Amino acid sequence: MTTYLIKGAAIVDGSATDLLIRDGVVAAVGRDATGRGAEVIDADGLVALPGLVDLHTHLREPGREDAETVESGSRAAALGGYTAVCAMANTDPVADTAGVVEQVYRLGRAAGLVDVQPIGAVTVGLAGERLAELGAMATSAARVRIFSDDGHCVADPRLMRRALEYVKAFDGIVAQHAEEPRLTVGAQMHEGDVSARLGLTGWPAVAEEAIIARDALLAEHVGSRLHICHVSTAGSVEILRWAKQRGIRVTAEVTPHHLLLTDTRAESYDPVFKVNPPLRPSADVAALRAALAEGVIDVVATDHAPHAVEDKECEWGYARPGMLGLETALSVVRSVGLSWDAIATRLSRVPARIGGLTEHGQDPAPGVPANLTLVDPAATWTVDPAALASRSRNTPYAGMTLPARVVATFLRGSPTVLDGKAVR
Amino acid sequence: MIRHLLSAADLDADNATLVLDTAAEMANLAGREVKKLPTLRGRTVVNLFYEDSTRTRISFEAAAKRLSADVINFSAKGSSVSKGESLKDTALTLQAMGADAVVIRHSASGAPHRLATWVDGSVLNAGDGTHEHPTQALLDAYTMRARLGRLDGLAVAIVGDVLHSRVARSNVLLLHTLGARVTLVGPPTLLPVGVDAWPAKTSYDLDAVLPDADVVMMLRVQRERMDDAYFPSVREYSRRYGLDAVRMRKLPEHAIVMHPGPMNRGMEISPDVADSPRSTIVEQVANGVSVRMAVLYLLLGGQHK
Repeated sequence: MTTYLIKGAAIVDGSATDLLIRDGVVAAVGRDATGRGAEVIDADGLVALPGLVDLHTHLREPGREDAETVESGSRAAALGGYTAVCAMANTDPVADTAGVVEQVYRLGRAAGLVDVQPIGAVTVGLAGERLAELGAMATSAARVRIFSDDGHCVADPRLMRRALEYVKAFDGIVAQHAEEPRLTVGAQMHEGDVSARLGLTGWPAVAEEAIIARDALLAEHVGSRLHICHVSTAGSVEILRWAKQRGIRVTAEVTPHHLLLTDTRAESYDPVFKVNPPLRPSADVAALRAALAEGVIDVVATDHAPHAVEDKECEWGYARPGMLGLETALSVVRSVGLSWDAIATRLSRVPARIGGLTEHGQDPAPGVPANLTLVDPAATWTVDPAALASRSRNTPYAGMTLPARVVATFLRGSPTVLDGKAVR
Repeated sequence: MIRHLLSAADLDADNATLVLDTAAEMANLAGREVKKLPTLRGRTVVNLFYEDSTRTRISFEAAAKRLSADVINFSAKGSSVSKGESLKDTALTLQAMGADAVVIRHSASGAPHRLATWVDGSVLNAGDGTHEHPTQALLDAYTMRARLGRLDGLAVAIVGDVLHSRVARSNVLLLHTLGARVTLVGPPTLLPVGVDAWPAKTSYDLDAVLPDADVVMMLRVQRERMDDAYFPSVREYSRRYGLDAVRMRKLPEHAIVMHPGPMNRGMEISPDVADSPRSTIVEQVANGVSVRMAVLYLLLGGQHK
């Protein structure tokens, strides 16, 4: 295994230092970091972050390998600075058995570009009717800890209560897609001024907020951990703040696109801007940014959702919801003003802790697994959909110039990205 | 002139007035023995209808033919579309055939906007989902102006299922541009969240609005809305928001009653109102041809001054 000496990287406190990477771990930091025969990486002016961790990724395999595979999604993740991604369960077949989660886990290992941690479905077939065999997934080789029906809400309150209770046996966590389905029948975009004008069926904020409030109370009642996926409204922030003040064990994520884009993007009727939950007005965007700074929202997660061309190059109402996110997340959160330390916290340290990924989310220190990424903070780049590593092209940032670029990513001491290019 | 007509908001007051004035000239043609102008000879107009709408399709077809255009009717049923062809592929096919204008009716809001990104010719929105139906608004404005002599300052009540109505959206925008004052009337469930941002007033009380209205436009209300709890029953809807002869007496003497059709007689409008001299429903159909002639003429290169 090659030994690497990273010279002059700024760690998140701002000071420049050297990092020696040997045998999969950070062997030495600072003046001790010398290694004969080590390959030297000049990191002058670069920022060293703990490798990013995504709690919310759709890799589409098995089932929609035309849109993404575990391998292509892993490559996109590595290029985005990630060393671990949590793969959502809404594949075909659904990841609701030990067999499917182990398949995804093994595909991730085989690709070897990031750690792919499968998420298990809460209910059989995501149908919201009966619990999947959560324990079998937890004890499988994939060691599933996060369970989610993402794409669907676990809408039945009794079933949600049972799921929250049941996963306590193996320190699991339920990640809820908060959407009261009876309030979003046929919904196409945020319900407000813009939907009224465009004649697109509205997705009201209350459909998200009502479920978050209900589930926070359920989590309190049964003493469980709850995670809220892709929080999108100012009202949700208020409920989360209240729940955290009460001591309820709830965590929450926000996506990069909800931190940057607003519902006026729908005016083009270009479905590249169609996503669930939908883009919201600027007041919500401001509230989400403030909540992330305050810590009411714990993490940024991409909700990377690749879709084949034919599922986006069509009428808005017929298009599938979702956007690419892995290769742009770091730059987007930087563009909305997060400091490097905040990025390390919200995109690495805290998501690793929530997901139980003990090898990830650790700042470089002697002995810790060498999962890290080097970023050029001064670089800018213009997003070209055709140049992305994902199999799909549905980025909402096409043509936008964004700050910061990933130069190198290391997974357990092996480079997955060097000179801004995937090593394989 | 603009290239596409996707929304009534695409027309400023000058252009909208130009369409109405041109339509008036086209209407004069209807009285002649030979109803045809050579203006669009050699041009191709495609009627691309993804929804059944015989009324609108025939109106556009008659308008294009009276301008001597070649008309191709492309209906989704029994065509490549029913075999799963995408809108984009259909657009590229029409493009390859050299369509100068595509008139599109589609059940998805925004479909004409998408189409306009894929074809070089003009795109005319002939109704898209619950979004807009700009030529309907133009023919409605034409009808009001013809009956009442002006649009500026007119009080127009639009009554019924505003939430799902493309006719209401286009009328609000166009009438506002032309100086009319619009009041939207309906049960709160059928007025969209966000309607406060529209250039119109709203009311839940039809009886309070009628005495000051110069025009009352009744929108079609689908009975199936009842199943989604927008209102409790057809009878209750009709009692609160239907226009019958008793309620019509609250209107000023000169006021007119409009309906874009097709009507649900006995629901939003009673037969005696629909057939009364105040009703413009048949005129609206006739005016539709003149207005669509004017739009095709102006969009496809009429240098009308």
